Amino acid sequence: MAFEGLTEKMQSALKKLTSKGKLTEKDVKDAMRDVRLALLEADVNFLVVKDFTKRVTERAVGQDIMESLTPGQQVIKIVNEELTELMGGTQSKLTIAPKPPTIIMMVGLQGSGKTTTSGKLALHLKKQGKNPLLVACDIYRPAAIEQLKIVGNKIDVPVFERGQRDPIMIAHEAVLEAVDRQFDYVIIDTAGRLHIDEEMMDELLNIKEKVNPHEILLVVDAMTGQDAVNVSQSFDEKLGIGGVVLTKLDGDTRGGAALSVKAVTGKPIKFVGVGEKLEGLEPFHPERMASRILGMGDVLTLIERAQETIDEKKAAELEKKIRTQQFTLDDFLEQLQQVRGMGPLDDIMAMFPGVNAKKLSGLNLDEKQLLHTEAIIQSMTIEERTNPTIINASRRKRIAKGSGTNIQDVNRLLKSYGDFRRMMKQLPNIEKAVKKGKFKLPF
Amino acid sequence: MAKKGWFTKLKEGLDKTRQNLSSRVDEIIKYYTDIDDEFYEELEEVLIMADVGVNTTMEIMEYLRERVDKEKIGNPDKIKEILREKIVEILRSEEECEIAYPCVILVVGVNGVGKTTTIGKLASRYKAEGKKVLIAAGDTFRAAAAEQLDVWGQRAGVQVIKHAEGSDPAAVIYDAIQAAKSRDMDILICDTAGRLHNKKNLMNELAKINRVIDREYGKAHKEVLLVLDATTGQNAISQAKLFKEIVGITGIVLTKLDGTAKGGVVIAVKSELDVPIRYIGVGEGVEDLQPFDADAFVKALFDE
Repeated sequence: MAFEGLTEKMQSALKKLTSKGKLTEKDVKDAMRDVRLALLEADVNFLVVKDFTKRVTERAVGQDIMESLTPGQQVIKIVNEELTELMGGTQSKLTIAPKPPTIIMMVGLQGSGKTTTSGKLALHLKKQGKNPLLVACDIYRPAAIEQLKIVGNKIDVPVFERGQRDPIMIAHEAVLEAVDRQFDYVIIDTAGRLHIDEEMMDELLNIKEKVNPHEILLVVDAMTGQDAVNVSQSFDEKLGIGGVVLTKLDGDTRGGAALSVKAVTGKPIKFVGVGEKLEGLEPFHPERMASRILGMGDVLTLIERAQETIDEKKAAELEKKIRTQQFTLDDFLEQLQQVRGMGPLDDIMAMFPGVNAKKLSGLNLDEKQLLHTEAIIQSMTIEERTNPTIINASRRKRIAKGSGTNIQDVNRLLKSYGDFRRMMKQLPNIEKAVKKGKFKLPF
Repeated sequence: MAKKGWFTKLKEGLDKTRQNLSSRVDEIIKYYTDIDDEFYEELEEVLIMADVGVNTTMEIMEYLRERVDKEKIGNPDKIKEILREKIVEILRSEEECEIAYPCVILVVGVNGVGKTTTIGKLASRYKAEGKKVLIAAGDTFRAAAAEQLDVWGQRAGVQVIKHAEGSDPAAVIYDAIQAAKSRDMDILICDTAGRLHNKKNLMNELAKINRVIDREYGKAHKEVLLVLDATTGQNAISQAKLFKEIVGITGIVLTKLDGTAKGGVVIAVKSELDVPIRYIGVGEGVEDLQPFDADAFVKALFDE
């Protein structure tokens, strides 16, 4: 997941502060020097970094903070607040037309991921019960139209294309058709271009003037370096963008672009793209991202993802089973499958507070392991699944053979099932603890 | 529009922002009469803004300080020359890129850096030199990737070996190698799907492709080129590191230098990993992909 390098560095810079009972101005300044380096290495724009550390220092060396009981925590709180502010404060939503269709234009450099993001956005809207139309206006890159058509086909969203004709006319005709056929959203995929290519930028301006989009989204690769600022400024000056979509956030990028773009252009990040699957688009929440960067986890996104993938009825059933301690291996299997549906494992784990993504990579969270687990359970008889205590040595041997694994694997699974059951028994207690406010997050 | 020389293009590419390295350095030099800490700090800023990265910037600054102390340089004017020398020194590579035939070129990189386009240009380039070229469409993942390569193949007059979308890329490469052998090709260029370097399974897939090449085409000279986007920041180092580990990259192609990005990260990549830069791309045209020349690159970075 993105930001892990930054998270690690930020944590170690700030740890020096929390371990001290009393802070001096020098302590804060030293920590800020480390923070500055951490941010620069993460490709945050130089000027933004300068400004950021200055603001945090100014706030942190104030009397109240230095003399409070937990000065270190207070400084972290300030860093968290300033980071959130840097990324836009609160979540920004898509601008929607008062009367459908809402017209969205996707723009950006070559290779930033416009076509894939267009598909992801269409699927995102479709999941909300909307009716989007994709428009292929990239007439330059070989096979770009073909790519959008395949993407559209996968998610069952119609694609409007007129071959390699004038993109301005294609966009115009698409909007007319959308009105005619009552689409809610029109997503226009444009060709990638350099922000300094006057001719190509004029083409975008012409499309904009012809179709009057309600939203122009600039697609930016999260791995972009210091140049992210130049790019977004130029696109914004020419077109007046409404927001930014940050893509490829599942790399190990430190995501500095995310921290700079809003600060420099004033335009919010509206979505982030993760993963190659078309489901991988999420609304951007500055406050959650800030706590992720500081290693404080992102419980809210975790819950939302769980809600999206987990069937409520099944969840209720499961809860009952857990309460009455009738949780079988079959249920365990179902759980695993649902967790897998929530996205890449390391990605999910990184959302837990206090989990250091860097340490996770040592754990080797291999998706294939889950497949093995599934195979093992599926090689058991129904009786074995409901009553695992009957699984003796000869049964283990048979199960290992049937699933193409070995006995150690089977043992490991049975052990983790046991652990899981024990953990589940304690679940009601945790719930109570949360209600009483005893179960606290690290910050 | 008159056809511009490629050096002019490179210069133009690196010259687009007013705040380029050189003019910023000049400004600083003009502003300061003494070499003091503040002067160094401003220079540091310029390098970091060009994506040179913290580590490499520190290394360069240390070298500058040493030279200044040793030679008792009191006036900032000389600094620019030293800076330039140092960067050329970092970028220059000892070994020449010599290709023996038959040759197989494996092209790798993260998503969207311009692998397929680079392959199209490389194919045209070798073809124009009179070589017999074959392309393997190893990107079986992205929608329409093979079609995109097909268009490039037609433009260059080069055949493309491809399978259906979603098939095993190693199988495509295997077939292409057999075809290259039986048709007696000089150069086989293998495309691969863009992959983020931290995806373990995808990197394993790449290792498998690499193994297939070694096993089936061991007698061919092998080059593994990593394509880097000039707009990429410090992540490029991590990309180069991991790709080097998995497939042993032998060179770098730096693309999209015609924007405002200065591609300073290649200085960091070369300095930290010692992988030579082989080609740079400064435009959309076939002729805009050129062998890398450290002197010309730094000259374009610094000249007015």
